[in-house]
Amino acid sequence: MIYLTLFLTFLKIGAVSFGGGYGMISLIRETVLENAWLTEEEFLNFIAVAESTPGPLAVNMATFIGSSQAGFLGALTATLGVILPSFVIILIIAALIKNLLKYAGVQSVLSGIRPTIVGLILATALTMFVTRIFGFTSVGAPFSFDRRALLIFLIIAAVAVLWRVFKKRQFSPILLILLSGGLGILVNVV
Amino acid sequence: MQKFKTCLKLFLVMFKIGLFTFGGGYAMIGLLENELVSRRKWLESDEFLNVVAIAESTPGPVAINAATYVGYKLAGFWGSLSATVAVALPSFSIIFLISLFFDAFLSLKYVAYAFDGIRVCVIFLILSAGVKMLLKLEKTVWNIVVTSVVIAVMVALSVLSIAFSSVWYILITAGLALLLYLFSYFCARRKKSSEQKPDAEGKQ
Repeated sequence: MIYLTLFLTFLKIGAVSFGGGYGMISLIRETVLENAWLTEEEFLNFIAVAESTPGPLAVNMATFIGSSQAGFLGALTATLGVILPSFVIILIIAALIKNLLKYAGVQSVLSGIRPTIVGLILATALTMFVTRIFGFTSVGAPFSFDRRALLIFLIIAAVAVLWRVFKKRQFSPILLILLSGGLGILVNVV
Repeated sequence: MQKFKTCLKLFLVMFKIGLFTFGGGYAMIGLLENELVSRRKWLESDEFLNVVAIAESTPGPVAINAATYVGYKLAGFWGSLSATVAVALPSFSIIFLISLFFDAFLSLKYVAYAFDGIRVCVIFLILSAGVKMLLKLEKTVWNIVVTSVVIAVMVALSVLSIAFSSVWYILITAGLALLLYLFSYFCARRKKSSEQKPDAEGKQ
């Protein structure tokens, strides 16, 4: 029953994803790789699309993965799953316990898990980086160094960092994606 | 009838917000502030900050959380339902349409080349999101230790290809944080009561 699996999987993702947007990337990545729903490459393609279209990243990812696995109903069940926990939790807070966040215990748990979320995002990015650039997946497996990917990474990082230093503003993620697309075509054609 | 009108208005405003927020929740906060506080005066500025704090610290997308909360404030359960559906609907429709054509799109040669570069860029975007959050963290012992332990363990496990869900990292640190809080709470209470006792005796 793929619909139920999608619903329950994204229900879990919606319920534990703190920190917005990228906070749930590690969990979604594990889930899609474990279920063999997507390859690492397809997953990265999806994030690029989710990032360059409007709306919350989580909703976009759920819709996309649901649709790729089980068509319209799959998209619908996955999206409902990822939204439902927030909806219920916020309703409870709005209707019953307006002061939930004022309790010291709740505060300390919420700020206690913040570094975990940061760690999860960074570790996922590092793992992806090593896999993509060095073709390294696990101990013992053969690996291959991808010079072109490293070159693109360095150019993009340089542009984003320099822009931040000199213009004091964030370089738009969508423009970065466009730039990297251009670089991708360039290194493949040359 | 009045309520139905409010719901409809909520739906339209949230639909618009859902349609124009690129780059996730934090970009949406500015837009929400503009619509709800400055233009329509549906919320006071203080109240809006409260909504943002709640939306950010509860699980789930910030946009969904904020929409649900604002909807409930203005028109109860039906308000929250219409606001939440409205804010998710644009992304749902757009992404669903894209997903239908995406494979065909990717099979074009130059698009496939472009996505070679784009995948690298996505890794950079995730990394920089993580670094940005890292820089915002307070430099407390807890934060430094937890962040480094999580990174070390997670990278090590993935290198050894041992499956261990991210959910566990969150649950374990939440449990530890709660224990730490309870411990310090009871320590403080015990200290307080032992300080009060000689006081009370002195009065007698």
